[in-house]
Amino acid sequence: MPMITIEKVSKWYNPQFQVLKNCTTAVEKGEVVVVCGPSGSGKSTLIKTVNALEPVQQGTIMVDGLNVTTMKKDLPKLRSRVGMVFQHFELFPHLKIVENLCLGQTIVLGRSEDAAKAKAMKMLERVGLTAHAQKYPGQLSGGQQQRVAIARALVMDPICMLFDEPTSALDPEMINEVLDVMVELAKEGMTMMVVTHEMGFAKKVANRVIFMDAGEIVEDAQKDDFFGHPRSDRAQHFLSKILAH
Amino acid sequence: MNYNWNWGIFWDQTPDATGTYFGSLMSGLQVTILLALCAWFIAFVMGSLIGIMRTLPARWAVFVGNAYIEMFRNIPLLVQLFIWFFVIPELLPGDLGIWIKQLRNGPFIAAMLGLGFYMSSRVAAQITAGINALPKGQRMAGTAIGLTTWQTYRYILLPLAYRIIFPPLTSEFLNTIKNTAPALTIGVLELTARARSMQEFSFQVFEAFSAAAAIYLVLSAVVTIGMRILEKRLAIPGFNEGK
Repeated sequence: MPMITIEKVSKWYNPQFQVLKNCTTAVEKGEVVVVCGPSGSGKSTLIKTVNALEPVQQGTIMVDGLNVTTMKKDLPKLRSRVGMVFQHFELFPHLKIVENLCLGQTIVLGRSEDAAKAKAMKMLERVGLTAHAQKYPGQLSGGQQQRVAIARALVMDPICMLFDEPTSALDPEMINEVLDVMVELAKEGMTMMVVTHEMGFAKKVANRVIFMDAGEIVEDAQKDDFFGHPRSDRAQHFLSKILAH
Repeated sequence: MNYNWNWGIFWDQTPDATGTYFGSLMSGLQVTILLALCAWFIAFVMGSLIGIMRTLPARWAVFVGNAYIEMFRNIPLLVQLFIWFFVIPELLPGDLGIWIKQLRNGPFIAAMLGLGFYMSSRVAAQITAGINALPKGQRMAGTAIGLTTWQTYRYILLPLAYRIIFPPLTSEFLNTIKNTAPALTIGVLELTARARSMQEFSFQVFEAFSAAAAIYLVLSAVVTIGMRILEKRLAIPGFNEGK
């Protein structure tokens, strides 16, 4: 059974504007899937439907065997097990770094302050930011903030991770420090769904690449197939543009 | 202008022989402060509640919140005070209405409710604005780590929103203090009422109202300074410090 199943999912923002058109795909346990495509193609929306941050009008989404689309009361519990990293980090600016990492653990998972803090420090060490535990998000660089955001997801012991353009808002010199953490995660076998334009990252760690355009999954292929000989014209066109330099 | 200045009037006894005019003004000030604090409590609690409602995903909550604001914001304060004092007791079932009308603190309670609900509509508008000013991703981030809607408000949105709207909230509190003055029309013996009675008894109109004006100014200055200090203490490094 796949970790994430997306089946015939359609979403409309209003009756005239359909953002997702009959999208179907699946992510196996331990698989890394990169979602790419031109802006406005619906890739961010698609990834946000997985933990129901974006509701859908049609189709079914299953995570770890649980139907997310019909779930109501247990949704927060499920979300806590799905790690999410946002384009603009979205750390909580009024909480210290360590508090950012403890909030979900104590309130959602019911861990003790001490246990939460220990876990937080362990994950901060992992992303190389132990020294910044007592600072506020606003005092860190973008790259550091995004690493904290990844740590904030990891402290919840997620069964899979969703990344929504995690490096798009970063200065070029900070992109690699974030990608390094993600590559590390992928190597450890974390199930990951990553919306990104970083084709280097995709080539390095992705198992599969999904290409979206105008709300449709146009191509869903093994990495080598996708980069080697994309079937659709639109994917070829997209690749030729972003790999030109 | 033929006017007998007499700045010593404050130390004269009032005709009712309960103390000096100064003492009378001070007891008015006490009532003003107490009324402002009680009204602010209502304004803050109700304003927060309604302000939050207007940011919820549920349409009915937004509608109720909007209706509340339009009602309390768009009826003049004086009319609202009259409604609370003269009309509402009549509408209540017999005994309760009579009991309320005979309350010794009746005018104070009516003023507190009237001013509190009037100001709550303004506070609500500020709270809504504060919450809406936050990046949409903050709500999503809270939701994504598994917080419920209530927890997201409690731990993330509200602590940030209150900090953002601290300056306008300060000015709403100052407005609450100033808006205690109309309460004299329903018989609350607050500062302005005391100044007016001083003027009526002593004919020292300039001294009486200069004193009242000065006291309001000092009171506002104290509040402003206090709120500035509080704002600094609540400031978050890298978020809203150093303004």
